[in-house]
Order: sequence, then structure tokens, then C-alpha cells
Amino acid sequence: MSEPLLQVERLAKRFGGIVATDDVALEVAKGELHAIIGPNGAGKTTLIAQLSGQLRPDSGRIRFGGDDITALPMYRRSRLGLARSFQITSLFLDFSALDNVALAVQAHAGHSFHFWRDARAEPELRQPARAALERVGLSNRAELPASALSHGEHRLIELAMALAASPRMLLLDEPMAGLGPEESARMVDMLRALKGELTILLVEHDMEAVFALADRITVLVYGRVIASGPPAAIRANDDVRQAYLGEAEAVHG
Amino acid sequence: MMPALNLRTVVIVALLAALVLLPVYTGLTGNRFLVTLFTRILILALAAVSLNLILGYGGMMSFGHAAYLGIGGYAVGILAHEGIVSGFVQWPVALLASALFALVIGALSLRTRGVYFIMITLAFAQMAYYVASGLSRYGGDDGLTVYKRSQFFAPLDLANKTQFYYLCLALLLAAIYFVWRLTNSRFGLVVQGSRSNDLRMRAIGFPTNRYRLVCFVIAGTMCGLAGALLANHTEFVSPAMMYWTRSGDLIIMVVLGGMGSPFGPLIGAAALLVLEEALSGITEYWQIILGPLLLLVVLFAHGGIDGLLRLARRKVPA
Repeated sequence: MSEPLLQVERLAKRFGGIVATDDVALEVAKGELHAIIGPNGAGKTTLIAQLSGQLRPDSGRIRFGGDDITALPMYRRSRLGLARSFQITSLFLDFSALDNVALAVQAHAGHSFHFWRDARAEPELRQPARAALERVGLSNRAELPASALSHGEHRLIELAMALAASPRMLLLDEPMAGLGPEESARMVDMLRALKGELTILLVEHDMEAVFALADRITVLVYGRVIASGPPAAIRANDDVRQAYLGEAEAVHG
Repeated sequence: MMPALNLRTVVIVALLAALVLLPVYTGLTGNRFLVTLFTRILILALAAVSLNLILGYGGMMSFGHAAYLGIGGYAVGILAHEGIVSGFVQWPVALLASALFALVIGALSLRTRGVYFIMITLAFAQMAYYVASGLSRYGGDDGLTVYKRSQFFAPLDLANKTQFYYLCLALLLAAIYFVWRLTNSRFGLVVQGSRSNDLRMRAIGFPTNRYRLVCFVIAGTMCGLAGALLANHTEFVSPAMMYWTRSGDLIIMVVLGGMGSPFGPLIGAAALLVLEEALSGITEYWQIILGPLLLLVVLFAHGGIDGLLRLARRKVPA
């Protein structure tokens, strides 16, 4: 069995008296879609923030592709192929959709100390960006300013930006947040298509989507991992049922 | 395809044509004062263009930008005082000194955001102000007269008002073009992305602080050039060149003209200084009129005067 792509050991983070991440261990194998679920305030976003480098853990270790990345700043992790999408849509609103995605391409196309050439006329930035937009079905919206697009489209641009960097692993923080049923279904299809091609860590509230997509699920409650395993095992787990799954069971009938 | 004729283009072309033809007009009418006023406008517009680069495009609210005017000016003044009048020495020294100052301030202040950034840049500029006030060898508080303008090669004579005017105009237009190219380059997009959403920029893989620092240094260097020009124009340098109210004037020019617009700072500088001149001719209390005018522009025209002109274009059917 090969080494997991992402390996988290004994990760801990406190904010004053609140323990947001409590001794978390996590392994994501290459090619796996690993979902993290948990009730509100379970520390899911805090965990993603530590994995992406936005927050420093108080203790513990994060390894990615064999490298210890615990102390690396965000941009270095991104360059190693760890791409993150944000829970709250976080785009460059005054730029066009294509500009947004092209920036993500540019971030991985060498340094940006180029002062003269028109970056919007560089095919090596624009073509991969167009391809990523096409992948998420937004080609026809490419030239519009991001501020003119809908929330659902913003989520898709988020995804396109993560894809455009040709990452080894996607960290997706609630990609379905705020989407209507139709848009959610579209996003699930999109993620299903990406599955296998990319390793994905998915934080999501939408239980239906999680159980439909995930190879493995980790359940987080008050910053602790209470269970981890394949969807069937999670559904059958008594602790999980007790702590959390009541509402999800209702969804599944 | 013909570019659409719109109010904004018309205003900018007319402004540029007026600036190019101004010395011809004053030559015919003998009104030398206008050339002096507009040389000053061009120089301060250059300083405003440099501030616009960090403030308008980079979102870095520097409240100490006049420091570079002073540093560039003092480089020329001090060297001239010591008998070094060659512009080939003075100007590179002015640019280098400004760049170094910007590098130090930027390295220390760019870690902070918002009010802290404003206060740190203000503090550094006030420090420069007090240092200049303490230079007793170079006039201290009273300032220093520049007896001889920078010397360049034979036909170029900075003491010739028309020649100096055109030199300032050429440098200003070059700076506007440079900033325009810069803001559309990879570098410029990183700087603007960082203004819009710095966290996201770092998350997609940009070490944004080093780009912001380079941008800060470029702007400081450009403003140092404006300082060297200003010292030649007024033939006098004094600590007042870098007092915080002068930094405020530059911010007003940028905001009035239109932040993040290539020609905005020129429009803003021209509008502010011409208004100042016209109103002070009417009444001693001209600031009472100027203040509310500025308020109106800030309240109702988010993109400044240039923003208003763009708005006018949108209303004209294509």
C-alpha cells in the first residue's frame, strides 16, 4: 500500500479556551474522495484553514506527498499542488470570470515580475483558464465581470480556479453552500467527474451529496474525530448516529 | 472599428492638446504665469500618478507619499549646494534615495493593513520632515535655495521655462503610459488582485507581499523624480515639501481625479490646482468653497471625475 497523499498527525489548535482542533489524525489516499462532516462548530473550516496554511496549528504535523508542510506558508503549499476553494465565495469581483481563473494559472506559471507585456493577451495564461471554465460549463460567461454572475456561478468559478492550477489535491470547503437543488446536482456531477482524476478533501453539509460521492468519511465533533471509514460504516456507527446523523437519516428516509 | 467618441475621450484628448499647446498660447499672449502654474500641475500630477499606482491599483493607503517629493528635491538641492550640478548625478541620486527610502518603509509597513498602514507611512514621512528641519547646513526649517538648475547636455536647458515645461510633460506622459502598461502586466494583475482579495491571492499561490513591496518602491522612485523636478521648478527645497498636508493634497488629487484610472491623477491635479488658483482669486476664504466641492465629488462620484466621465459614456446609446 502506497503512502497516503495527505497525512495529518495529532493536529491541535486552540482559540483561547476553545479547542477547535483536538488531536486530529487523518489520512487521504491518492485518488480518494475523502469527506469531512460534522455539525456546525465542529471545526471543519478551521481544519481546512490549517491544511491550506491560512492558520498555523499549535501542534501536530501535516505531510503532503511525503513533505512536511506544517510550517509552509499558504503560497508554497499551493505551489506544491494543494488547491483550496473557499466556503464563502472569495473572488476578485472587479475582474472578469476569465481573469479570475487566469490569475490562478499565472500563480503557477513562474514568478510574476513581468512588468510590460499585456497579461490578458498571453495565450499560456488564457488558454488553460478557458479550458478550466469550459470544464465547469462557464465558457459563455468568461468575459463578464465576476460581480455580474450569480452565486451558483461564483461557486463554479471557485472550482475552475482550483482546477486551473493543475493541483494534485483539492481542498473544497462547502462547495454546495447556498446552492439551489439544481445547482447542487450540477456540482455533484462535476465532482463525480473529477473523482479518481484528483484527490479531493471535501467539507460539506449536504449529506446526500457526501454519501453519494465519498470513498471515505471522517466525522468531526467539537474538534475531535469520532469516526472514520467508508460511508456504510459511518452510517452504521452508533457514535455518529448519536452525535450527529439524526438529521441525515431523515434525509435518507 | 472606430473607437466610440465619448465624453471621456473628448475631455482627455482636449486636456492633452491644451497641455501641449499651452506654451504656444502663452508665447503669443505673453502670460508667463500660466506656464509656471501648469509646470507645477504637471509635476504634482506625476507625484499623483505614482501615488495612484499604490493607492488606486494596489489599495495601499500611503499617507506619507510627499516624503519622496522631499527626498528627490533635497537630493537635487543638497548636491547643488555642494557644487554638483550635473543632472546625470543629481537625478539618479534622487531616484536611488527615494527607492531606498521606499524599500525601508515598505518592508516595515506592508505587514500591516488599514489604519496601521496609514499611521506608519505618515510617521515615516513626518520623520523625514523633522530630519530635513534639522539639517542646519542645508537651511534647516528655512529651506535651501537651489541657485542653479540641474545641468544636462547642450541643447537641453532646464532654466528655459518652455523647455522645462515640455520636459515635465514628456515625463508625466511617459509615467502614465508606464503605469498603464504595468497595471495590465502579470505584475499589475497580482497587485490589483491583492488589493481586491489578498487572502485569496496567497491561497492560489502568490507571495503577495513581495509584489506589493516592489510596487511600493516603484511608486516611491517615480515620486522622487517628481521631487527632483519640483526642486528645479521652484529653485528651492524646504521641509514643507514633505509635510503631511502635502501627502494629503496628493491623496485628494488621486481621489478627485479617479483612483485606479490612468489619467485620473492628471485630471485631479489639474482640477485641484486650477480651482485653488481660481478660487483664491475670488476670495481669501477659498477653502470654504473648495471643501464642499471635494465632499460632493467624494460622496457622489465614486470613481472621481474620471468616474463621472465614464458614467456619461454609459448613458450615451451606442
